Amino acid sequence: MSVPATTVTPPLVDELDIVIPTIRNLDFLEQWRSFFQPYHLIIVQDGDPTKTIRVPEGFDYELYNRNDINRILGPKASCISFKDSACRCFGFLVSKKKYIFTIDDDCFVAKDPSGQEINALAQHIHNLLTPATPFFFNTLYDPYREGADFVRGYPFSLREGVTTAISHGLWLNIPDYDAPTQLVKPLERNSRYVDAVMTIPKGTLFPMCGMNLGFHRELIGPALYFGLMGDGQPIGRYDDMWAGWCAKVICDHLGLGVKTGLPYIWHSKASNPFVNLKKEYKGIYWQEEIIPFFQSVVLPKDCTTPQKCYVELSKMVKEKLGPIDPYFEKLSVEMVTWIDAWNELNPATDGTTVAPVKTTEAAPKKK
Amino acid sequence: MSNRCPPSLLSLAIDATLYNFHNISSDLSFLPEHILIDLFLRTLKAGKLTPRILKLFLATGKEEILSMIQALNIQLVLTPVLPTTSVKDNEVDIVIGAFRSDLTSFMEEWRPIFSRFHIIVVKDPDLKELKIPEGFDVRVYTESDIVKVVGSSKASLFSGYSSRYFGYLVSNRKYIISIDDDCSPAKTQNGELVDIVAQHLNNLKTPATPFFFNTLYDPYQKGSDFVRGYPFSLRSGVPCALSCGLWLNLADYDAPTQALKPDMRNTRYIDAVMTVPLKSMMPMSGVNIAFDRELVGPAMIPALKLAKEGKVRWETMEDVWCGLVVKTVCDHLKLGVKSGTPYVWRNEKGSAIDSLKKEWEGVKLMEDVLPFFETLRLSPLAVTAEECVVEIAAAVKERLGSAHTSTAETMVEWVKLWKAVRS
Repeated sequence: MSVPATTVTPPLVDELDIVIPTIRNLDFLEQWRSFFQPYHLIIVQDGDPTKTIRVPEGFDYELYNRNDINRILGPKASCISFKDSACRCFGFLVSKKKYIFTIDDDCFVAKDPSGQEINALAQHIHNLLTPATPFFFNTLYDPYREGADFVRGYPFSLREGVTTAISHGLWLNIPDYDAPTQLVKPLERNSRYVDAVMTIPKGTLFPMCGMNLGFHRELIGPALYFGLMGDGQPIGRYDDMWAGWCAKVICDHLGLGVKTGLPYIWHSKASNPFVNLKKEYKGIYWQEEIIPFFQSVVLPKDCTTPQKCYVELSKMVKEKLGPIDPYFEKLSVEMVTWIDAWNELNPATDGTTVAPVKTTEAAPKKK
Repeated sequence: MSNRCPPSLLSLAIDATLYNFHNISSDLSFLPEHILIDLFLRTLKAGKLTPRILKLFLATGKEEILSMIQALNIQLVLTPVLPTTSVKDNEVDIVIGAFRSDLTSFMEEWRPIFSRFHIIVVKDPDLKELKIPEGFDVRVYTESDIVKVVGSSKASLFSGYSSRYFGYLVSNRKYIISIDDDCSPAKTQNGELVDIVAQHLNNLKTPATPFFFNTLYDPYQKGSDFVRGYPFSLRSGVPCALSCGLWLNLADYDAPTQALKPDMRNTRYIDAVMTVPLKSMMPMSGVNIAFDRELVGPAMIPALKLAKEGKVRWETMEDVWCGLVVKTVCDHLKLGVKSGTPYVWRNEKGSAIDSLKKEWEGVKLMEDVLPFFETLRLSPLAVTAEECVVEIAAAVKERLGSAHTSTAETMVEWVKLWKAVRS
């Protein structure tokens, strides 16, 4: 067998963590083995911590259950959701890498129209390592893709693009519909392979789905808090939506790009639409007011880091969304807790620890 | 043929009948049988035998005709194959700005898709002659027609790539579809011809969703829908006023890009159409567009002409400017713009390097123009496309400097012409 002269290293193998929230098992990793095995995994085990999650052999991983989360974060663990895949953001918190790819445990390898298996991770990496173009819409979509370019009329000064902070992938088979749509169209499957990646323009919000997502942790990680969902909370299945709205507003402010489109994964499990309806119910009403709120957010110029942006956002959430429901006041508090936790676990590179934002509470214990 | 006989009066009469068949509904049985047969054969040859016309011939009851129909096994189609949307033929005008003198191969290629519809061909004044094959319901406008309608001083507005705008001006249909005369029908991955009329109309007749991005693209397409997290109050969408199609083979790149990558061809058929979000500007390519004339006709303006505009797309920016204006108008009036399918196949024409050699103002143009459009705000008083265009023109005059004064003036002229022609 011929062996390459130099070892072929998968891209970003030492700079990317794969974060997977799970409550059942990780058998799905078998199908992803050839694409994921070189990378480090962070498994966030939701639900009962006494249950043992079996990880297939040969993967390099660290696993955190609820006990670990409580131990590591102490009182700050209040910001991490329980009994909801929102707990995945704990994985973002504890990662030490530059990039994150997160995927759900019911997502499998999809095939493109030619029948070839899609390496979703490689595509996300390509999306993240090539610029985004949020300031002018390119009608041929991502101009950095092979075989594409900027079209006639695209200003030359904008052709360098900006750094891509988020890469949002899509799903074949079970589409990410909300409960009402699922109830009306239980048999609809997404079979259209749209062979495109594109930048979501500046000033445009979108519904970010967390089941196939890549991002630049250093640039936007702090904005990807997945909110308070699940057990003890009045709302579920809006974790990724919340993170997406916050992150997009902050990306727009900081001049970062968000891409959507390829890669596709194969989403195999349709969740129970009645259960979903119960979880989403409040969200469906609240989003009517949440969206205009995010559309009108203007962050001050001195918010130059994602943390500063996020803290500022939390104040606005308390002020503008608090009146809708006490949940938002609670959320705004935990948004700050999240940033405190982030800063504690990710001290600034120049060696100075960032002071906690809340001055009213006792200083956090050193880890 | 060395010895060409001039056409006989009979032959001319039959041609005229053929040309006007869509207006004829009276009984044909008064015609002598040999003339009827001639007419029938000529109709077949021109590809104009529609069910309605077949019924006219059948109604004559003439034996020769009936036996011919039987012998050729022509049958009335009782269960017609319907296109993707119920397209009423009289809703659509197809407008072509003719740059080449012989449109035969172009029209023949598009015959399966265009033959149902009324076609407006506007002849570029620089063209000496124009040849169009038979069997189409086509109206040709020449320079003298243009002068008759708008006067000789304004006729220059409608030359070169801007000729087609005259077609927009004189059309009285709701939807206009316009493509360059160097395009052929594209084929889908299954090998079927892309019916750009059906697809553009599908885009225009289904709502657009500019206020929030749907990650599964156009939710009104079959097999698609709004995703989780999409606000319900935004799901009824807004009317779509403009549908921008794409191109396979020669994509609409600018001259520097194509010159740098001379072999690059667009082979990727992306099966999606999507709404261009609110406030997001995009470069409209006139190569393949469709629009709702009733909603945004006045905003489809032939205002910007580069000093050295040529006969290839690399040497014009009129459509890009027009697109920025239309998008601004649509954003203000809460109308939608879609981009994506349908595709056309764009044929090779011209040389990118030759175009590059000309002093290319277009490159610099966008740098000044885009910031202007991004910060442009129209007043609440502008509630029609005409009013919006007038406000934009005033802003152009005020903020874009002397280089664009004539553009601003042309925009105002266009609105005046538009109103004058309609009255």
